[in-house]
Amino acid sequence: MSVPSSSSLAGRATIPAVYLVLLVAWELSVRVFVIPAWILPAPTEIGRTALQWAPELALNSLVTLRETLVGFALAIALSLPLAVLIALNATARRLLYPILLGLQSVPKVAVAPLIILWLGLSEWPKIVIVILVCFFPILVNLIAGLEAAPRTMLDLMRSLGASPHMIFRRLRVPVALPHFFTGCKVAVTFAVIGSVIGEFVAAQEGLGYLILISTSQSQTPLAFAAIALLTLLSIALFHGIEWIERRVVNWTP
Amino acid sequence: MIAAAGGLAAAPPPAAEVAAIDLQGVSKHYPGAAGTSVHALGPIDLRIPTGSFVAVVGPSGCGKSTLLRLVAGLEMPDAGTMTRYGTPLDAPSHEVGIVFQEHVLFPWNTVLENVMLPADVLALPKAAARERALRLLEMTGLAAFADHRPQMLSGGMRQRAALCRALLADPRLLLLDEPFGALDALTREELSLELSSLWQDLGRTAFLITHDIEEAILLSDRVLVMSPRPGRLRADIEVDLPRPRNADTARLPRFQELKQQIRDIIFDRRA
Repeated sequence: MSVPSSSSLAGRATIPAVYLVLLVAWELSVRVFVIPAWILPAPTEIGRTALQWAPELALNSLVTLRETLVGFALAIALSLPLAVLIALNATARRLLYPILLGLQSVPKVAVAPLIILWLGLSEWPKIVIVILVCFFPILVNLIAGLEAAPRTMLDLMRSLGASPHMIFRRLRVPVALPHFFTGCKVAVTFAVIGSVIGEFVAAQEGLGYLILISTSQSQTPLAFAAIALLTLLSIALFHGIEWIERRVVNWTP
Repeated sequence: MIAAAGGLAAAPPPAAEVAAIDLQGVSKHYPGAAGTSVHALGPIDLRIPTGSFVAVVGPSGCGKSTLLRLVAGLEMPDAGTMTRYGTPLDAPSHEVGIVFQEHVLFPWNTVLENVMLPADVLALPKAAARERALRLLEMTGLAAFADHRPQMLSGGMRQRAALCRALLADPRLLLLDEPFGALDALTREELSLELSSLWQDLGRTAFLITHDIEEAILLSDRVLVMSPRPGRLRADIEVDLPRPRNADTARLPRFQELKQQIRDIIFDRRA
């Protein structure tokens, strides 16, 4: 888990230094080869544009963040009962799994226009696309987690005469939690992509919309700034979930 | 001293005393590859008198774990009858405490919470259960670790905690499935002796499954020798060593005699 050098100052400085070198290389290439800003802007140019457009970027980030979080939360809310049903009931599994797998297999980009056709121009079509994009990793990992209780522990509970409800509460749920968080971490990065898909198809706000508008007007530096923000958003959400996970699942080494 | 397998049930039970466990003609098959059936166990007759410590020794894969699962009520036999304290044995019971081969402690709970699990499952009064759990932890030298997670404990300490959990609901019968099998030799011996004195203090019935002949002799009143494929009881040996037993018990000539006797029975069959 721990790289020996990571605790030393040199070790900790290595990775930022590598990133810095890459950025400098990017900046120099743009300047040396005189690449036009509408094809590939230099990092300094992107930074300057980002500052100039800061209010718009912030506002649209909030829109995208909101869609992402609401969709992600609803995906969890939907996955929880479905996973419990599928994990504990063989009939429900045979009935529901094909439907859910089908929903997962449909290319979301292809159905996005339909969803917008049905739900209009509010933020709801984006939220629905987010749900569609990110429920599956949560569901699959949660089902796997609910089924992951070791036989020895199940034997222990059975030997005590524990009811299915007690086994669920004291054993299956804690065993499932690390799996659940794994699913959430995968899903939350998908969720950001889901928002952008929705905004690409039809929107008047959001970072996806901003990217679409700015590229169409050859405002490439602004598009880059929006893409950078989306990336940061995704990384921040991932680490946010990891932060919660470390507090909830505090028994794994 | 050595009885043939079929003869174990021949002795009539003493009047007015119900055996803790009584198995008659019990056998068990498991489904094997391609529709075949593997004969894992039996037919076996087994009687565990109330208040005694009975051990089964045998090599790996001889069906002794299957035997324990049957006695625990975790599995049902294909044939034969099983009774527990005179009533049909058809499900696990809170009168039985089990210590498994691995400690099987929940890593998300503290040691105290783990020990109190039976109270939670059986909906026993919390305060009394907590008091008893703390007393058991005290007896096994774990009082200082009550609020630790099990993964902070050594292997021996974890198995002690598992023993405390098995004893929490004050079971009449204690089942031990190679409880010290995963421990190093020194810890194993130490825990065996602790268990021996604990058992004597509590005066309970105990049934031990092990592949360790010395452990079986050190703890038991009777050692049953099991042979594999299908698992059968080959011999019933009375351990006439004085109690309380301690580290010196293993040096007694009689101890070595018993050990040799059991080894001979096991290896004779397997040669």
